[in-house]
Amino acid sequence: MSGDLAWIVPVILSVISASTPLLLAATGELVTEKAGVLNLGVEGMMLAGAIVGFAATVATGSGLLGIAGAAVAGALLALVFAVLTLTFLANQVATGLALTIFGVGFTALMGTGYVGIALQGLPSLNVPGLSDLPAIGPILFQQDILVYGSFALLAGVGWFLYRTHAGLVLRSIGDSHDAAHAIGYPVVAIRYAAVAFGGAMSGLGGAYLSLAYTPMWAENMTAGRGWIALALVVFAAWRPWRLLLGAYLFGGVTILQSALQAAGVRIPPQFLGMLPYLVTIVVLVIISSNRARIRLNAPACLAKPFYAVG
Amino acid sequence: MFIRLEPRGQRSAPWSYASPVLALALSLVTAAIIFAALGKDPLQSLYTFFISPLTSATGRPELFVKAAPLVLIAVGLSLGFRANVWNIGAEGQYTIGAILGGGVGLALYGDGNPLTFPAMMIGGAVGGMAWAAIPAFLRTRFNANEILTSLMLTYVAQLLLIYLVAGPWRDPQGYGFPQSRLFDESGTSPNLIAGTRLHFGVLAAFVVVGLGWILLARSLIGFQLKVVGQAPRAARYAGFSESRLVWFSMLLGGGLAGLAGLFEVAGPVGQLTPQISPGYGFTAIIVAFLGRLHPLGVLLAGLLLALSYLGGEKAQIELGMPNAVTGIFQGILLFYLLACDVLILYRVKIRRRFGSVSAGATS
Amino acid sequence: MTEETGAPSAPPPAARAEAPLLQLAGIVKSFPGCLANDRVDLSIRRGEIHALLGENGAGKSTLVKIIYGVLRPDAGEIRWQGKPIQIANPAFARKLGIGMVFQHFSLFEALTVAENIALGINDPAQRKDLRQRIAAVSESYGLPLDADRAVHDLSVGERQRIEIVRCLLQDPQLLIMDEPTSVLTPQEVERLFGTLRRLSQEGRAILYISHKLEEIRALCERATIMRLGRVVAECDPRRESARRLAELMIGTELKAPSHRKSTDSGMAPRLAVRNLSLRSDQQFGTDLKEVNLSVAGGEILGIGGVAGNGQTELMAALSGETVVDRPDAIQIDGKPVGRLGPGPRRTSGATFVPEERNGHGAVRDMTLAENAFLSAYRRLGFVRNGLISAGDAGRFAGKVIHSFDVRTTGPLAEARSLSGGNLQKFIVGREILQAPGVLVVSQPTWGVDAGAAASIHQALLDLADAGTAVLIISQDLDEIFSICDRIAVIYQGRLSQARPVGAATPEEIGLLMGGAQPEATSEPSHVHQA
Repeated sequence: MSGDLAWIVPVILSVISASTPLLLAATGELVTEKAGVLNLGVEGMMLAGAIVGFAATVATGSGLLGIAGAAVAGALLALVFAVLTLTFLANQVATGLALTIFGVGFTALMGTGYVGIALQGLPSLNVPGLSDLPAIGPILFQQDILVYGSFALLAGVGWFLYRTHAGLVLRSIGDSHDAAHAIGYPVVAIRYAAVAFGGAMSGLGGAYLSLAYTPMWAENMTAGRGWIALALVVFAAWRPWRLLLGAYLFGGVTILQSALQAAGVRIPPQFLGMLPYLVTIVVLVIISSNRARIRLNAPACLAKPFYAVG
Repeated sequence: MFIRLEPRGQRSAPWSYASPVLALALSLVTAAIIFAALGKDPLQSLYTFFISPLTSATGRPELFVKAAPLVLIAVGLSLGFRANVWNIGAEGQYTIGAILGGGVGLALYGDGNPLTFPAMMIGGAVGGMAWAAIPAFLRTRFNANEILTSLMLTYVAQLLLIYLVAGPWRDPQGYGFPQSRLFDESGTSPNLIAGTRLHFGVLAAFVVVGLGWILLARSLIGFQLKVVGQAPRAARYAGFSESRLVWFSMLLGGGLAGLAGLFEVAGPVGQLTPQISPGYGFTAIIVAFLGRLHPLGVLLAGLLLALSYLGGEKAQIELGMPNAVTGIFQGILLFYLLACDVLILYRVKIRRRFGSVSAGATS
Repeated sequence: MTEETGAPSAPPPAARAEAPLLQLAGIVKSFPGCLANDRVDLSIRRGEIHALLGENGAGKSTLVKIIYGVLRPDAGEIRWQGKPIQIANPAFARKLGIGMVFQHFSLFEALTVAENIALGINDPAQRKDLRQRIAAVSESYGLPLDADRAVHDLSVGERQRIEIVRCLLQDPQLLIMDEPTSVLTPQEVERLFGTLRRLSQEGRAILYISHKLEEIRALCERATIMRLGRVVAECDPRRESARRLAELMIGTELKAPSHRKSTDSGMAPRLAVRNLSLRSDQQFGTDLKEVNLSVAGGEILGIGGVAGNGQTELMAALSGETVVDRPDAIQIDGKPVGRLGPGPRRTSGATFVPEERNGHGAVRDMTLAENAFLSAYRRLGFVRNGLISAGDAGRFAGKVIHSFDVRTTGPLAEARSLSGGNLQKFIVGREILQAPGVLVVSQPTWGVDAGAAASIHQALLDLADAGTAVLIISQDLDEIFSICDRIAVIYQGRLSQARPVGAATPEEIGLLMGGAQPEATSEPSHVHQA
């Protein structure tokens, strides 16, 4: 590879790094929203996954156990949300916010003992022979399990939603929970499952941050990624493959700011940091402004409480 | 499901008042459990957290200082929430208000002009309104969800603040730290009572509560907000304009949040730094709900949550508890409130065995 | 043989001797305050296309819900293929071989045709080869459907095909269709008829519910006509005139119009609608097509018609909740208000009573004083300097309560605490006491007890006598005939010419409601006076 382009590889690796937590969390939230539930607590659930994953790894020395613990932590927090909104019929927006506020505080509390501890980082899964290829070797064949997992899970979710009957039922609930109930499908039970899955995925996203991205714990280390993940779902118009595009776009923009700085572009870093958020707004506007399009893509029952009749 | 909710058919007035009280009680119990789990004496911790800030002569005024921004912001938010306008970005509007108002103060630095502080107040309000105008415009014109847009702008605002205080507005005598100059005499909020930190914002908060109450109870626009939230079709029948109400709610919420931001930086904080808010804009959302979306309730709820901030600080100093306990308590309080609120509209029936116990009329 | 008396006809010579496919005998079903089915008999043979004809409230939908297992009859017997049965629920009905296409069907908009159909099938084995089976059925019955298109892309007619195909996949012996053509274009109607005739030739029976006379005459070989819960006639619609069917549908006796003082027809209209065309934004809505009407001061115009023919859209256009393109499409006292909202229209002198009391005409959780304020504040000046004068609003509400005998504790009672009749009296009273020049009322006495209905009617008469132009949209013909001066009928978004109530005959009105043109109707050639 020519020396001029040698900088591409580290940049791509950085982009993958930055995008993976977004992809994981957004994939989970996509499933939740497809079932008609809006869970704004992604930030809190990611933090829960980050601290529990970190703590479990520190305690057991095993990254895998850390990852598993993170998923469970995210799911548990999501279940609190589910009980409040699906059984007690509380307002989904307020409950999601409460989850985030609580999550930030709770994880900060839990994490006090873990500040300053450094971890190794997740081991990369090497494929003998292929990993040594120049350029594509490191990019494609030297990633850790969560990176491969993010792609596998996205593909799995896409297959589940669009190629299985169970996934069809889930989508129908998000479209019209009354019609689905009239057919006889267990709307509330399926939503519980969707919310729990979303929580687990957010937990995994958080685990990536504390175990791989920057293998350490710091209070509020998600720094708003949970909110970006929420925006990503809208950006992707609730379709899995576009989620991949979106996640990498946003991850890319984050890296762009460092790259531009390194390249000597004299824009204050804070303005570059604003880019992901501004782009999200622009995309949101474009998608929403065509009222027909938002109606088609957004699950029609999103955030509407479901009152079972009879 | 073993728990079945039976609609009451109408709102239970007793439970509307009892629900926050029950939620508070449950939160206190849970807090005590958490304290115990942290190895601290629960009763002593509860005392330190909730009672001791009120016992000292300096503690009591501090309560109002901490409550002022919460109440200012939450009054605006509560009116909007009533109309189904979800301004979640009050934190960002607070920041921009602080920036614009503080910017005025820095621009007039050293002039000793008695109009500086009033001008800063205007700057604060205008800044907050301008920042809230963006989600208002995007919703009314493009149907973009104001929850996400206002939220994204919060982060943009924070970054803008960091840029300003680390760059163009940095205090030349500040040893390189990212912070602006301390505002001078004319750029600082007048003190209400000597010896305390009670600044003008506290007075403003009370005034806003009163005005908000009048607005909600007696004004045409307050009535319109209520109708649009309760019965959108009736609102259309009455000829109320939904987009006008969205604009009004957002601008009101933004303006008050911006004012709150200005009062904080021109008062207790004294300058612009990257940390001008411990999350007031988000906590105010809890205050709004806890206060039942009514200005008077917001005042009480604001005082309660201010107490939780003070208590958290005291607990940190005296008991060595981590600062995060405050956020936990606030989150738990909101959780319990949301759960207890269900009792207003529904009765809880517990099924003792499988199969339907409640008789329903078959059609 | 002639059918002048409407008595059951003798079976045609090639009658099948077997038992009818479905037989209902003596079905009774009552609800609180209403006897929906009063000893109804119905008999449908294999391969027969059987019409069920009647106005709103005749009891058709109750009967059909009983057949489909949604409701259980209080008394009476159901026989299927000669054997008495109980139809416990729709799943059971489907197993028997009864399929139903509802008038307002609900599909999953964001999903495809195949996905929608698959969701209704619980057995995974039956979901195999679904797309091929859909293609086969849709082709062979002339219901072209692309299994992979999303529902939101389809017209309402195409969506109905999904419902029909879904039924056909389950191999029904009896197919019930509830008002199927209200959402179809004329071409789609023809196509549907082709499909139904094909099904009939295969030996499947069709129960066709409709109020459209010409369609029934074109398609159906037998008709059961219901009115007020009873079967009033059974006949062969092909041999009856539309006029006769209409008369059977709405009865021969209509309330004699009350003697009202004659209005000065020289006055300019106070409410005028000129060539109003409006696309509906509802899924099952009806577009308005070139509606013309005018109401003079002191006059009461009634608009009748079966529900779902554009009444809701017309009301919204009149009240200003839907604005129209041309300002002069709607004029109040000569002022073009088409582009104005409800507020300016009220200021121009019109007030409105919408169809729905709860959530539209009044806010349930607000007090009567607040509900009075909601509508009246502009005309009666209840706002000064942006502040509400609660005292004035309360006094006005008190006046309404007193003048209209609303049974309630006072202006501070919440709207939800009032009975339906009292709330309606309050709403109507609120609009009347604003002394409007024009009053538009939709369904003034729907769901209201007789006493309240009578006082509402009297109040409307008094208002007209005082010089206001009153427009009433109602599904109750008796109501229109008892208080209105003129009547027009709305059908599929078109409004007929208004004619004086005294000169209108029931047959004429029935024909208009059923979509036929009275002037164009000719007598069947074979009927002759003996």
